[in-house]
Amino acid sequence: MGSGVIFRGQRPHLSPLVELTLARLREFVREPEALFWTFVFPILMSVMLAVAFPARGDRPVPVGLVPGPEAASVRRMLESAPGISVRDVTETGEQAALREGEVDLIVVPSTPPVYRFDPAREGSRIARLVVDAALKKAEGRADPWSAREEPVEVPGSRYIDWLIPGILGMNIMSTGMWGIGFSIVQMRLRKLLKLLVASPMRKGEYLLAQMLARLVFLAPEAAVPLLFGALVLGMPVLGSYAVIAVVCLTGALSFAALGLLAASRPRTLEAISGILNLVMLPMWVLSGVFFSTANFPDVLQPVIQALPLTALNDALRAVVLEGASLRAVSGELALLAAWGILPFAGALRLFRWT
Amino acid sequence: MSDAPAVRCEHLTKWYGDVTAVDSLSFTVRRGECFGLLGPNGAGKTTTIEILEGLLVPDAGDVEVLGLRWKTDDAELRQRLGIQLQETRLAEKATVEETLRMFRSFYRHGRSVPDLLRLFELDGKRRTWVGKLSGGQRQRLAVACALAGAPDLLFLDEPTTGLDPQSRRQLWSVLAEFRAQGGTVLVTTHYMDEAEILCDRVAVVDQGRLIALGTPGELIDALAAPKVVTRRGTLEDVFMALTGRHLRE
Repeated sequence: MGSGVIFRGQRPHLSPLVELTLARLREFVREPEALFWTFVFPILMSVMLAVAFPARGDRPVPVGLVPGPEAASVRRMLESAPGISVRDVTETGEQAALREGEVDLIVVPSTPPVYRFDPAREGSRIARLVVDAALKKAEGRADPWSAREEPVEVPGSRYIDWLIPGILGMNIMSTGMWGIGFSIVQMRLRKLLKLLVASPMRKGEYLLAQMLARLVFLAPEAAVPLLFGALVLGMPVLGSYAVIAVVCLTGALSFAALGLLAASRPRTLEAISGILNLVMLPMWVLSGVFFSTANFPDVLQPVIQALPLTALNDALRAVVLEGASLRAVSGELALLAAWGILPFAGALRLFRWT
Repeated sequence: MSDAPAVRCEHLTKWYGDVTAVDSLSFTVRRGECFGLLGPNGAGKTTTIEILEGLLVPDAGDVEVLGLRWKTDDAELRQRLGIQLQETRLAEKATVEETLRMFRSFYRHGRSVPDLLRLFELDGKRRTWVGKLSGGQRQRLAVACALAGAPDLLFLDEPTTGLDPQSRRQLWSVLAEFRAQGGTVLVTTHYMDEAEILCDRVAVVDQGRLIALGTPGELIDALAAPKVVTRRGTLEDVFMALTGRHLRE
């Protein structure tokens, strides 16, 4: 008798590991919000950040001009120079204009003029040089020579190019941790874990299934922002896609294991949210998603470099933007693997089923 | 050993802090019978059944299930038991069939999924999400999951609480079918009529202690003196006689 007769044309059940993995996958696919956060949100985020931080060279230096008897002639001088945009600022409004980044520098028209700016700000220091040169040149200062300029566009040097691998890393972290953490605590809350552990199901298989299910959607999840970056935003992809895949896979496994560990004890959704935020927030700031880790002082560097998201972002950027080989990122991969193995072992020990 | 009783527990005791949830409880469940643990909410029924299911460890006392012990035979026992828990809510976005198929996959032997669907009259709901089922259908599915491995012994914790009369009768008839094939059932309930209909023998439990044990008929004859000549007593009267309280107060 063929199995078709026994099961009346229906698929028989599969191995527990496959059934558990399928169960987790269905739960994910049937949750529209999860799909939004995983696939749409990273693109929206990239687009918004690309709009907010356009490439530096395109933007004229905004300079504020306060009213005064010589304002008209100063305005003429500034406007005749390239790369400066002049805005009128009142005496009372100048503080606010500087503070909100509307202008980088205020010019008080007098002889000699007064520059008001914050020397701690990079943009303001540039504005001072540009304005100073423009005014002196207009007053007749002769240049000894003018250099020949050769504009070069280095591929991958734009902020958006640097940003996309960081967004990808951040996404791998949050999908792994939120997806796994939330679904497990919800199952504990519904006493479903208790029912599973009352059955002959093997506990290790359950935990493994959660991690496997996580990997199934990794491919589209990583491909969406990468292809969007490469095809729409023109980000160069210098490394091989195979190496990128290895890096993403290692990162996803390590954050899945961290998600398991985070979810191993809590009994409420509030508790797991708190734990996940506590773990992920520092990494959003420290691990170089939006700005370089080099901004932090040397004392913090050992900590920052030991974080899994730093390793993931560094490896992704090295491969995507610099074409690094697998060997070149092996240090980061080893660190990520350690962040995968230790939390998984911890989760196996600590996991609360009832 | 096949002639070992389905359950044998002696002087089972469980404390939660200062509270004694189960107080030196001893009873035996024979092969093939339906045994009821009867008592009001908070009597220690759930704690007792969860100890027998190997989900809780007793503070004192001795438990044997199907002649085996939890400490040494956990994996073997799990294959041979069917368990329905009181408050489990199955995954809402899985279909009935998917849910059964997953539970079936945990057991080496058992009933086929189409068989279970037919037995529990869930054929028509095969592709329906669990979240869209009625209370009665959900409860039938929970018991179907417990029967997926064709167990020797079925544990049911308050299986019909909150169900309408028709759903209760449907569940009872499935249990009758299971018993007709030689299955043993241990069921907790606070419904007297359910205990009278389902159970061969009943243990009445109050405040963690066993206060009466016997067939429903014996208990009624011995303890529930009919107040009106035309009406035979019920197990409700038995409980009143034993404790001076109503079962569901």
